[in-house]
Amino acid sequence: MLHTLSVKQMSEKLHAGEISSVELTLHYLDRISKYDPELNAYVTVTPELALEMAREADERLKNGTAGILTGIPVAHKDIFCTDGVKTSCSSKMLDNFIAPYDAHVVTLLKKAGMPILGKTNMDEFAMGSSSESSYYGPTKNPWDLNAVPGGSSGGAAAVIAANLAPMATGTDTGGSIRQPASFCGITGIKPTYGTVSRFGIIAYASSFDQAGPMTRSAEESAWMLNAMSEFDQRDSTCLEMERPDFAASLGDSLDGLKVGVPAEYFGEGLDPEVEKIVKDAIAEIEKLGATTVSVSLPNKDLAVPSYYVLAPAEASSNLSRYDGVRFGYRCENPADLQDLYKRSRAEGFGAEVKRRIMVGAYALSAGYYDAYYLKAQRLRRMVRDDFTNAFEQCDVIMGPVAPTPAFNIGEKTDDPTSMYLADLYTIPVNLGGFPGMSVPAGFAKGRPVGLHIVGPYFSEAKLLNIGHQFQQVTDWHKQVPAQYQ
Amino acid sequence: MSIGKSEVEYISRLAMIDVAENEVEQVSAKLSKVLDLFAQMEAVNTEGVEPMAHPHDVQQRLRADEITETDQHEKLQSVAPATAKDMYLVPQVIE
Amino acid sequence: MSWEVVIGLEIHAQLTTKSKIFSGASIAYGAAPNSQACAIDLGMPGMLPVVNHAVIGKGIALGIALNAELGKKQVFDRKNYFYPDLPKGYQTTQMDYPIVGKGYLDIDVDGETKRIGVTRAHLEEDAGKSNHGIVPGMTGIDLNRAGTPLLEIVSEPDLSSAQEAVAYARKMHELVTFLGICDGNMQEGSFRVDSNVSVRRPGEPLGTRAELKNINSFRFIEKAIEFEIERQIDLIESGGKVVQETRLYDSETNTTRSMRTKEEANDYRYFPCPDLLPVRITDEDIDAVKVTMPELPDAKRARYVAELGLSEYDAGVLTSSRAMAEYFESLYKHTGSKDAKVCANWITSDLAGALNKAGLDISESPITEEMLAGMITRILDDTISGKIAKQVFDAMWNGEGSADEIIEAKGLKQITDSGAIEALVDEVLAANPSQVEAYKGGQEKMLGYFVGQVMKASGGQANPGQVNKILKEKLSS
Repeated sequence: MLHTLSVKQMSEKLHAGEISSVELTLHYLDRISKYDPELNAYVTVTPELALEMAREADERLKNGTAGILTGIPVAHKDIFCTDGVKTSCSSKMLDNFIAPYDAHVVTLLKKAGMPILGKTNMDEFAMGSSSESSYYGPTKNPWDLNAVPGGSSGGAAAVIAANLAPMATGTDTGGSIRQPASFCGITGIKPTYGTVSRFGIIAYASSFDQAGPMTRSAEESAWMLNAMSEFDQRDSTCLEMERPDFAASLGDSLDGLKVGVPAEYFGEGLDPEVEKIVKDAIAEIEKLGATTVSVSLPNKDLAVPSYYVLAPAEASSNLSRYDGVRFGYRCENPADLQDLYKRSRAEGFGAEVKRRIMVGAYALSAGYYDAYYLKAQRLRRMVRDDFTNAFEQCDVIMGPVAPTPAFNIGEKTDDPTSMYLADLYTIPVNLGGFPGMSVPAGFAKGRPVGLHIVGPYFSEAKLLNIGHQFQQVTDWHKQVPAQYQ
Repeated sequence: MSIGKSEVEYISRLAMIDVAENEVEQVSAKLSKVLDLFAQMEAVNTEGVEPMAHPHDVQQRLRADEITETDQHEKLQSVAPATAKDMYLVPQVIE
Repeated sequence: MSWEVVIGLEIHAQLTTKSKIFSGASIAYGAAPNSQACAIDLGMPGMLPVVNHAVIGKGIALGIALNAELGKKQVFDRKNYFYPDLPKGYQTTQMDYPIVGKGYLDIDVDGETKRIGVTRAHLEEDAGKSNHGIVPGMTGIDLNRAGTPLLEIVSEPDLSSAQEAVAYARKMHELVTFLGICDGNMQEGSFRVDSNVSVRRPGEPLGTRAELKNINSFRFIEKAIEFEIERQIDLIESGGKVVQETRLYDSETNTTRSMRTKEEANDYRYFPCPDLLPVRITDEDIDAVKVTMPELPDAKRARYVAELGLSEYDAGVLTSSRAMAEYFESLYKHTGSKDAKVCANWITSDLAGALNKAGLDISESPITEEMLAGMITRILDDTISGKIAKQVFDAMWNGEGSADEIIEAKGLKQITDSGAIEALVDEVLAANPSQVEAYKGGQEKMLGYFVGQVMKASGGQANPGQVNKILKEKLSS
């Protein structure tokens, strides 16, 4: 069965001519039509585009211009603009939006020769941690159809977990790659802010948004990150520097690695089963030659309020462009200009998006700017400095990705703040702009749990190697739900 | 902290999002909860801490002053809700 | 009871770049609707801004010219509000860290020099344009202008009359056009002046101001402010109150009227644009701009008077625009830098008159500085007289060739041969015996008569100096 192969095996077979990209792509398209109706992980499936690209990939495989990922199909989160393909951000607002250009990431992965299977479901405008706020309905967790897959890149995580794509792209603003990766038992990395171009990625919160790969293994994430990250002058915040070969250190030993374990990450509210899984995983990494050191992140609790001021503030402005004039949803028969704006936005956005826009507008409004926005920016620095200080004592920090395994669909939709508070481990990493990764580390109540690995700026290669070494001695990342094997 | 009806109306105007009369209560309840979360920040002493807008202390790159864009209005307007004479249409604006 | 007038101006100068402030779309005026509005200008999903290098250099140039503090660190902020001509729902502008800080501009009013403070100047993007009623009941939005780079130059409320306000606006116009950072075209909206006008009794705090917007000529700015001052004084004296509002000037009735006031006070929610990073400029950047800057009008005027011996008036006319000054300096150079006064005279009288009549700018003059220099050279070497030169000038204007070609073709060369002039003089004296008698009898003013006759006989081509000299010799013998 083709979908049981690792990407490395697929690539070898493609290069050896044992299988074709068209064959591989058709296999995934078949699985999508069979399994996606119950999972709802794809918003759009693009068979014609996928097969056309697969044929081109097969040409390259024949004429010797193929790379390691040529011919390997990919699923893009529906936040990446894709020329000629509906790019909805899982919002009614963009239900009719056919992007007239490619995001830089899409351009790069096209160049790498990866056929596009389709666009994956997500929380509307990436605002959420469960993929329940999608206009197209929630995505289900392949491990338990009653559970959420996490969010906002829930569709991407689900397609990897259920083998409906071998590789997927995600974005992470407050944990949106790592938390669904943890909930679905796959590997995902959010690189250092500025590593991957944001050009053509529909903005949620510009100073936090960062794209990254979502795959089964750390090794696969390394290859994909190599293909996704390249300096792009169209994004002013994209760092102008040489990107390393993220796969180059995949064979390095973990001897002498200093792992920081923050006491604050194992306190109240952490599910005991999750705690045990994470501690066992750290013990496993110690066996590989690492030592642990206790570190402190004293301002941990300030991260969530800081983030939920700053991200909505940026979002409130970023989403002003959705006004029913140049693209997207427009209400019927507007009475006047105000009505056009207010109704198009009220009808086109879902509840959580509207809430964040309103919260953000409020935080920036006259009289509240200093108390909310500026204060939150100061806290952002304090949270960042905690990590910078901790990294003076250790190479990486390890802990949980989320306090619990995947929760049930509908469990937290009534209380937005309970959902916000569940982001407490991932958000600080986005405030600082650090790289962070989730690696499958076990199961609690039958639902996957990830190990969170966070490093200083530009330590992606190190994080990926730690994940890779861990995956050499564990097989959590190879687990597949019975019905999708 | 609780948000009253007039504040919901003000925020609705700022955000340019209609809030129906029967939604006001629910919207104000949920916004109030979010603001309660923010209240945790109040007690923290942030004196002398410089606000942080970006993860990296880097400066803006400048683009050469060159025309790199071509006329794409047909393609770009293909996704527009209403156009005429190559312009985007909105209800009459009175000035 | 007397009144004090307090005026501050906000001037929007469109910068002369090729492309927009945040995108690579053209800013050329008059293109077909939306043909120059790219995905970035339209605020399409996922699109991001990158700052145009040229706008920074132009801002620095203005800062230097205004003797201002320059923003070594600049931050672009978002000013949030909804309007159809504002595609992203925010205008990107510089709020707390502008490119130009405090500076000043000296103006001359009634022979007095007054220093006007410039509070700041910041970079920002222009909005698009609304076209009302292109479809019944609908407004059409053309976003070609969206993203055009602007410098908003804000003055201190140091101006105390309409006359001063216009003098300041003109001086700023002269400066930005001289610097070449703005084309100054007021009809096309490249240079827009908003006036904040208030009145108060001496010693009292500032009165409530009204803003007069988008008036597209200096003359109308002056009239609008004058009207507004009268209106406010009348209003207060009759027991009323000035309200803070934007008022439009109607040039046909010479009145201002209230613009529909916005429904609520604006709460723009400024915050630093997270898609852009701080712009930092170094002393090297500033020096690099300095070396490319032209000599500024005030310095030029002073030099023309002190070094070239021109009158204040001529120096003023010759520095009224950069093109004018460049024409003059090029002309002076091409004539061997001999006689600045002659060069100045030809530009300020004949050339300026002809250009004015034809409605042309000096940059469009059919007589180039090389051509005019060719003619002046022939005056200076006595080939033609100043009077004949006017004929040559007209012929050059009509495209009949260079001065030398025209002199040759029309045989306008001055007669400087003494023998030929003597013959003419003899002829004239012989034909006018009674006048000769009168001259010899003491009526020396008759000399002018004889000069005229000789010049007439020569068809204007005799050298007047020589004619004079020979006449005197003959009459005294």
